[in-house]
This record gives sequence, structure tokens and C-alpha cells, in this order.
Amino acid sequence: MTTPTPSDAPRVLVLRAPGINCERETAHAFERAGATCEFLHVKRLRKEPSRLDGFQILAFPGGFAYGDDIAAGRVLAHELRRSIGDHLLGFVERGGLVLGICNGFQALVRLGLLPRTAAGPLVQEVSLAHNLSDRYECRWVTLTTGPNRCVFLPDDLTIHVPAAHGEGRIEVADPQSLDHLEAEGYVAFRYVDENRSPTEAYPLNPNGSPRGIAGLTDVTGRVLGLMPHPDRAYEAFHAPRWRSAVPAGPPDGMTIFRAMVDSARGATAHA
Amino acid sequence: MDAWRVEVEVRQGLPDPAGTAARTALADAGLPLRGSVRSRRGFLLDARLDRSAVEKFAAEVLADPITDTFEVFAPTDRPAPVEGRVTVRPRPGVTDQVAISVQKALADSGHTATGTPLAAGTYHAWFLADADRTCGGDALHRAAERSLANEVVQEILMGAPPEGLPGPGGEADLAVHPVPIRDLDDAGLETLSRDGGLALTIREMRAVQAHFAAQDREPTRTELETIAQTWSEHCKHKTLTGRIRFGDEVIDNLLKSEIAAVTRDLDREFCVSVFVDNAGIITFDDEDSVCIKVETHNRPSAIEPFGGAATGVGGVIRDVLGTGLGARPVASTDVFCFAPPDTPDAEVPAGCLHPLRVLKGVVAGVRDYGNPMGIPTVHGAIHFDPDFIGNPLVYVGNIGILPTAKAHKKAHPGDRVVVVGGRVGRDGIHGATFSSLGLHTDSEMVSSGAVQIGDPITERKVMDLVLRARDAELFTAVTDCGAGGLSSAVGEMAEGLGVEVDLALSPLKYAGLAPWEIWVSEAQERMVLAVPPEHVDALLALCDEEDVEGAVLGTFTDSGRIVLRYRDTVHADLDLDFVHDGVPVFEREACWSPPEVSDPDLPEVADLGAALLAVLRDPNVASKEWVIRQYDHEVQAGSAGKPLVGIAHDGPGDGAVIAPKLGSTRGVVLSSGLNPRYSRIDPAAMAECALDEAMRNVVAQGGNPDHTAVLDNYSWANCAVPEQLGALVRATRALCSLARVYRTPFVSGKDSLNNSFQDGDRTISIPGCILVTAMSVVPDVTATITSAPVRPDGRLWIIGRTRRELGGSVHWKTRGALGASVPRVRAEEGRDVLFGTARAIEARAISACHDLSEGGLGAAVAEMAIAGRIGVEIDLDRVLLDGDGPFRAEEILFSESASRFVCEVPADREADLRANLHEVPAAEIGAFTTSHRDLVIRRGSTELARVPVDDLVRAWKAPLDFDAAHDSIDPAHGAAR
Repeated sequence: MTTPTPSDAPRVLVLRAPGINCERETAHAFERAGATCEFLHVKRLRKEPSRLDGFQILAFPGGFAYGDDIAAGRVLAHELRRSIGDHLLGFVERGGLVLGICNGFQALVRLGLLPRTAAGPLVQEVSLAHNLSDRYECRWVTLTTGPNRCVFLPDDLTIHVPAAHGEGRIEVADPQSLDHLEAEGYVAFRYVDENRSPTEAYPLNPNGSPRGIAGLTDVTGRVLGLMPHPDRAYEAFHAPRWRSAVPAGPPDGMTIFRAMVDSARGATAHA
Repeated sequence: MDAWRVEVEVRQGLPDPAGTAARTALADAGLPLRGSVRSRRGFLLDARLDRSAVEKFAAEVLADPITDTFEVFAPTDRPAPVEGRVTVRPRPGVTDQVAISVQKALADSGHTATGTPLAAGTYHAWFLADADRTCGGDALHRAAERSLANEVVQEILMGAPPEGLPGPGGEADLAVHPVPIRDLDDAGLETLSRDGGLALTIREMRAVQAHFAAQDREPTRTELETIAQTWSEHCKHKTLTGRIRFGDEVIDNLLKSEIAAVTRDLDREFCVSVFVDNAGIITFDDEDSVCIKVETHNRPSAIEPFGGAATGVGGVIRDVLGTGLGARPVASTDVFCFAPPDTPDAEVPAGCLHPLRVLKGVVAGVRDYGNPMGIPTVHGAIHFDPDFIGNPLVYVGNIGILPTAKAHKKAHPGDRVVVVGGRVGRDGIHGATFSSLGLHTDSEMVSSGAVQIGDPITERKVMDLVLRARDAELFTAVTDCGAGGLSSAVGEMAEGLGVEVDLALSPLKYAGLAPWEIWVSEAQERMVLAVPPEHVDALLALCDEEDVEGAVLGTFTDSGRIVLRYRDTVHADLDLDFVHDGVPVFEREACWSPPEVSDPDLPEVADLGAALLAVLRDPNVASKEWVIRQYDHEVQAGSAGKPLVGIAHDGPGDGAVIAPKLGSTRGVVLSSGLNPRYSRIDPAAMAECALDEAMRNVVAQGGNPDHTAVLDNYSWANCAVPEQLGALVRATRALCSLARVYRTPFVSGKDSLNNSFQDGDRTISIPGCILVTAMSVVPDVTATITSAPVRPDGRLWIIGRTRRELGGSVHWKTRGALGASVPRVRAEEGRDVLFGTARAIEARAISACHDLSEGGLGAAVAEMAIAGRIGVEIDLDRVLLDGDGPFRAEEILFSESASRFVCEVPADREADLRANLHEVPAAEIGAFTTSHRDLVIRRGSTELARVPVDDLVRAWKAPLDFDAAHDSIDPAHGAAR
């Protein structure tokens, strides 16, 4: 392990595409965590997929890619699978880390990079359906991790972050799939109640996702996606109750960015 | 033309939210159903594709592999009509953004065609359960018209699916069309103005006639259209900039002599650019400035609430993007006025949509534009009054940030006219002239061309492009295409120069547009740039990178003329001075006589707790959480003061606080004030209370009243009626004299006049309404506060004096009375209260603060208790009163006197509070407590009321909670995202 210097700061490629709209705050959060970031438009990435080689982290920010027309993230996922799907798989296989937030998570699920329970081609295994409320909603939620196969995510994390989406409810082909996802550590985040128990109850769980599932990881543990927005929860003043004499706790979206950047740095240092 | 049809539905057994929503919507529209409703999304695909390609594409793109199933129908399939099937599709020419994405996905799948690109379309279909099929036919059609579609922009098909896609556009009429005008008499001129949709007065038509007579020629159709657009009330504000005879007085240009004069005389150092640009600009920090604009989009929203509100949001965002050399939009606001949502159907005039449908459509429109744009909607308000039934008000605002060095712009001769963004169709032709006319029963039908559907993703791409091009210094001037389309935007940029444009170079959505239609079309999501010739290639390369269409249409000149060609044929050659300054000065009569109102003689309230709950249930006071939660107020990671506050995240904020620069805590405090109900008693009181309320809300959040700019947005009834215009003048003068004392410059404003609805013999006029929006710059957002109490032992103080001012109050409204004793603002007292309170907050002597407005002290204290879910006790005898004789309890509790705050003061900070308030009247009236969870109202030692906070919460939150089960937002506009 060497002391990090700016020159060995992990490099993050922040994807842009028509309708992606959280790229600035996502990049800002990565930079606060010690990474350097570069924006790249999907049009350019399709032409020059080898540009992925220069990066340790690939970020899919939130937004409404292509208007979320047809379904959230569908058109972007289709475009990426058709044009550079193999390159994206190669990036993960080489040890690259991927983060998808909100719409980025939706795109990763539809692309087949999440949960990807077996190494192999890109196949969509689960879906993110409309919230049971049938409404887009913006509200703060509490998430916990648990035992999970993500290589950089602690098991015992609790974070407060805002959620803002209309299609965030995990849907699977059969109930056994849920058991499998849970048993094998694919569930990265869950919505929890005040006792930190996973919940399906509105509004603590804003979309009705079964077993409180809010985020997933993949077979390699190097791809992480979640519906809520850690990219909006790192300044003390972001938290809704920061003014209280007994604040609800600092928003700690930064934990995820730091964990990822530290992991990427470790991997670089060992390489 | 024929097309493949793919219909997608949710697998049996999984939730079908769109079907459930349609069932509820049909029931609300008078068609209760026994069974469920199934929904399908339909896609029409180019007949040139083969079946295997269609099936593969459907499986891969149109249907979700986990949750959906689909069916494919060949182009030649002509299924028999099915009883109980309703299909809704966009009318030809109406933007179908999903279809464009389908076309993109087809291309990504490798499907291309020679000649025209592969075509696609979309629709929605609903199927009643077998048990309900007998309800089909006319009853279903009527219910569908009221709940599933808006026939202004959509078409309903009963039984059968759509047979195919609309064909390509027709041949364009490229003739020049001189319009004979020289020989017309007044009647002929009026006919021409009316039938041509020009909305010009007889005096204006005569000026046009004289102008062309002097040149010994007739105008072309394109020239007439250009003049009509530029001279429209919407663009020129002829009433407020014209001459008004007000009794013995002659007022020349009310905007300049009153409103702009305030700003000029105050000469505040923080003003960077006012009244000259799309938005007002004030300084933010050493490098950057912030700008703000608020617009109305009333007419389009009355007819097509979803599209009207959405394009309103899109328009005001472009205003900010087109301010200076381009500002980055960082926050949006929205303020609405509607008729009450529980208005009985029988009271809705023909030609009007039910107010609840308007509300839901407008909210969905703001949501589905603002959220995809990635701009947080951080602040808003809703006011209900029966007289908004024909003319709902939709105010949309946007705030942007830009380098101060880029706050000014100037096009130069030789710069190219470059249009970037959406393509041109017949959308919104005559929007500017339409919005200058009154609405009537048939408006829905005749004005449908003036309504459009927005496309936020195209706008987002345009935004990214403009900001990158700004930073690369590729253009010298920018403005948005709004009302009047290119005619207004290019005409405005060419002022003082000249311009030559070839309309044939404009990208079109479909063939068949005449040159004048291209020139005045209000197709959305377009900006016009003045690009020096040496930067044109770089700009177009950037367009390509950002996936934005850019087209060079012409060149700015120094000819003083506006010359429009279509290829080699000249369609217009106009003197710019005439276009901009040739409009005859508008003259109007105004008078003012106070309305005949008096205070009611009501018995003293027996049950003060019940009266308080009634006030909290009033829709003007009740929680707007159902609306607020549907807006993304967190995107851009700058949210420091939320629209909902407190321990359960549901207390009312007084506005919003944002930190617009990532990594910095410097911020902007936003707020607004509006209460048209006071106008019924005195428009002067309405105006000054709006300003005072906006300033109170700035201060209550910890804003700096000494670095605050304000905006005035008028919505008024028909100002050709002298009494209406007189009321407007009276309101303006009250507003301006108060702004002088508060030293708040107006930096931008807008007016929407003529908000009258003609229902047969009855004219429904809105109450005169000024929305005041305030924006304050603060050095540190972490020093701001909210209305939520944060101390278990906080003392409760009132700042300011309470008078017997219940005229127009919510309390009297709940008792069926209007009254006469409307709140008035004492300017010096109001200023001292604002500045004293701001000092005390800065000194941290106040830990939570709430302004007193609708519902008075009772509502304010109840709302603080709700935000904190904490007990509170107040003693009405300690409230500082100003008035003769003893006050009734309800007078103290529900008077709406201006210039008052309630605040939570930490027990050890009372001396600091006093020291900072100086001579401002203030008194401790009670305390928060954790020993119980009731709101207790006493007079001295007598307890008058004790209401559990949970009862307050229920009363306040229930009225406007249109919960999911009753959600009938136009399902065709879909589904939540």
C-alpha cells in the first residue's frame, strides 16, 4: 500500500446521455472522495469504447435517460447493450467498479449488469416496476446494508438519503428469485424502519419493493446500483433535520463514494 | 399508412397501476365499474419491417421481459371492434416523444430504411372487464372524454385499435400572399384582424394600413403575422406601457413610471441587469450572479392543463438559459390559482375543465417537465377561489446562475442566426395573439393550435449545449424562442441591427409548412444564437456532440430591416423601427370606486378549537404535500431548506433555501406572497400584503432583507373595463410605495391581462392578483432556519402588532363572510419588523420562525406544532394589540394583520432577542412543551381550547391529499416515472 497522491487518484468515467441529469453532483461527490472525474457522452463512448480502459470506476448517474420513454432506462440500456455491451462486461471482468444511481440503476438492471447472478452474457434478470403508489415521489429514506457480496460495501452501514423516482419497485419472475438474491448476497441496500428492520411499508419504503430491496450488486461484487441518491446527501445541510438540537444523523451518502474510491485505489496500488 | 401494431400489457397477476388509475378516473367521471380495467401500451411500427424483426424488437425493447407480455398484429390485420375497448392516441402533429425514442431504438437495433426514416407511433388502450362491457358505447365515450383523454391534443377511438400512422405532411403553400389592406374600411380591417387571428385593435390596424400605404404596396401575409406577433399584448404589454386616463390624471407607461422607477430610484448596488433581459440579474458572489424570472401560462393551461403547464415550465427555463450569455437553471417555483377542487360538476361552465382535473393536469405537467430537466422545483403555493373556474392561473418561475462577466450580450452585423433544438411544426401557431384574447366557451376548439406538448429531454440537451458553447465563447447573443416563435426571438435580437433569414433552412417536423407558419410557430425547445462566422463550424460540431440539431438560418445585418426569404423569394421586408416602435400608444380609461363591502355581524365563536380546525381544513391553508412530493426538490444537491420541514418532514416551509454552487454554502432564499381574496375588498391591500408576505417569508427563513430582489407578476381580468384597470393602477401604486420603503428593487415582472371568461351572458372575472416573488442572497445557508421548532423548551414569541383585520380572512371565509377590514401594511412599521427580526435571527436569538398570513396566529402556531409534533401553549392576553375596546378571542387568533412573525426563542436568548429587535414590538406569548402534545389556547388563566396536535395534523393534511386510490391524473399522460 502506498500513500495516495493526486497522480494515483482513481479515475472515474461519468456517463452522460440525453436526459441524464445528475452527472455534476455525482462527479462532485467522487471528487470529494479523492477521485478525478471525466464526463463522456454516450455518443462518444459508442465511437471509442476503448476509452473505458483508462478508468477504474464507471458511474451511471441519475436522470431520465431518453425521457425514460417506453420504460425507465430502457432505451439507454438497449443502446448500450447493442453497441458496447461486450466492452462494458470487459470493464467489469478486468476489475473495474460500476455505480448506478436511480436512473443509472434502472439502466444497469435493464442492461443486465445487475444483478447478473451468473457470469455470462447480458440478460435482464429482474425489473424495476412502477411504485405501488403509481406516483413519482421525492422523500428521504433510511437504508441499511447487510451481508452482501459487494467488494467495497460494509455490512453494517446505515445511511440517510433522498429517494426520487416513480419506477423503483423490484419485480422478479418468481418468489424463489428473491430468496436466491437474498441468500447469495445480491441485495446491497434495504429500506428500513426506525428499528432498522427491512420494511415494505409506505412511506418508509417509497415504492413497495419486496423485502425492502433498494439496491443490488452483481456476481463479481464490483457493480452496485441503488434507487435513492447518495449524490444528494453529503453536505451537513442536505439532511432534512440538520437544524434540530438532536439531528437525525448526518447524511452519509459519501460513505459509498469513499468506499468505492478507496477500493479502486487499493486495487491500483496492488496492481 | 399501414403499420405493425404491438400491444404490451402487464402480466396477469402483477399490479397494473395504469389500469387501476383509469378505473378510478372513469368512476370519477361518472362511470362506476364492477370489474377491473386492463391497460395496454400500443406501438405502431413501420410496415417495411418484417415480422421477425418486429417480434424481436418488441421482446427486446417494447416489453419488459420480467413484467410484461405483448401481442403483434400485422399491418393488414383489421380486427373487429371490441366492446369495452378505449384507445387514446396523440392527434396528428402533436409531439409524440415516446415515438421518437422508439425510432431511435429501432436504429440502435440496426433497422434503417432508405428514403424516409422508419416511422413509429404510440397509443394507450384500456379494456373493461367482461362484466362491464354493457357500460360501453356512449357512456364510456363520454366518461373517457372527461377522464382518459384531452381531445384538444388527443383522439379517442372506441372499439377498434388505430389503423395506422398518419401519412407524411402535404404540399406547402409557398406563395407570397399579399394581403389587400389599403382599400379596407374600418369594418374590413376589423374583420381581417379577427378572421386572421391577429388580435390587433382598429387603431393598430389603421397604423399598419398607413405604413404600407406610404410605401404604395400591400403587406404580405408573413409581414402581417410578424407585426401581429410583435405587437401582441403578450409581447408588448401595451396596456401597462400605454396611456391610462385615471380620473383627472394621465399616466404614461405605468410600468416605467411606477415599477421601473422604484428600481431606478433605489439604485441598489446588487442589481446587475434589470428589465432589459429575459430575467432580472443580481450579484451572488465575487464571480457569479443569480437571475430570476416568473412567467404565467394561464391560457394554455386552462385548455390543456398538462401541456400548458409543462410548456410553461419549459418556457421559463429557456428564459433563464437565454439570460445574459446563458445562465444555468438551478431551481424552479410554481404558484397556482384554481377554483376549489370540490366544485360541484353543475357549477362548471361549458367550455371549462373541472378544477380538480385542471389541478392534477397542471401538477403532472410541472412534474413531467421539471423532473426530467433535472431542475429542482423547490417552492410554490396554491390559492383557491371560485372565480378562477374559467381562468386558472399558472405561474412558473426559474432561477439561474451565471458568471457576472457574462451578464450582457450584443449581436453584431455579420453574426449568423443559428437556431438550436427542436424542429418546427404547426405547434402553437398564434399562441402570443391567443393569450392576448379573452377565453370563451368555444376557446377549447378554436384555439387548439395554440397548445403544445413539451419535450424536456430535448430542452435538457439544448441547455447542456448552450452552457458549453457559452463557456467556449462561441456566440455573442442568445435568446429563447417563446411566444411568437422566431418572429419574436430573431426580431428582438435584430433590434438596432437588421437581419436576413431564409426560412427554407429551418428543420421541420413534417412537410407542408408555409413560410409564415415557420416564422411564427411556437414549436418548443428552441434557442436562437448569434454566432460569429468563424465560430459556426465549432458550434455545429458541439451540436453534433450533444445530439442537438443546429441550423444556420441567416445573418444579422446593419440594414435596419428584417428580410425573410424562402429560398429566392422574398416573403417579408420590414422596417425594424416600425415593427418595434410603430405600435400606436394604447389608450385606456381607468376609474376606481371602492367596492361596497362591510364587516359581518357574527356571533362570538363558541368553540375556538373547532374554528381553528376549520381554518386548517380550508384549502388555502391545508397542506400541499400531495403536490410537493411529486416534484424532485433535491436534484442538483443544493437543497438546504426544504419545502416540507420538521420532525416528520411534513410541516410547511416558508419558502426554500438552495446552495447553487457545489461545494459552497453561499445561498439563495426564495419565497413568494399572494392573496387575491383581499382584492375583492381593496386591490391596494392585496398588493402590499403580497410584497409584505414575500418579504416575511424571506426573513422567516433567515434571508437578508437588504439583499433581496422582487418580481411582480400580474394576472388581471379584462382591463378594457375601466374599473378593472383602475383597480390595477391602485394596486400598482400601493405595491410601489411599499417597495420604496422596503428598498426592494423590482428586477423582472410580467402581466397576464384579460383573464375573464364569457359563459353565455355571464362574465366571470378573476380577482386581481399580483404574485410577488422574492429572492435573497445569503452568505451561509447553514445560518438559515425553518418554521419547525427545534428546542424542547423553546419560548414562543410574537413580533408585530395585531389589529382587527379580518376582512378577507380565512376565518371569516369559513363562516361565509368576506368583510371590509382588510389588512393594510404600515410601511415603516413593516420595515422595522422585517429588519429587526432578521437581525435577531442572524444573532441566533431565534431558532425557528414562521410568518403570519392566511389563518393568522392560530394557523401559524398550529403549523409550528405540526412541524415539531410538539405541545404548545399560548396566552391570547399577551398578544400585542392595536385597536379600540376589548378584542374577541377569534379576532386575536385569526386576524390576518401583516408584519407579524411567531418564533421560537431559546430560553437563554431572550435578552439577545430584545437587543436586536430594538424598538420593534414583541411579546412572549407562550412556550413549546414536551409535557403534553396539545395546542392549548388561554386568555390569562382561562383555558379556551385544547386541541391534540394529532387532530391538527389530520385536519391540515386531509383536504388536499388526493391519495393514490383516487389518482386520476390523465392516464394517457401516464404514469408516474
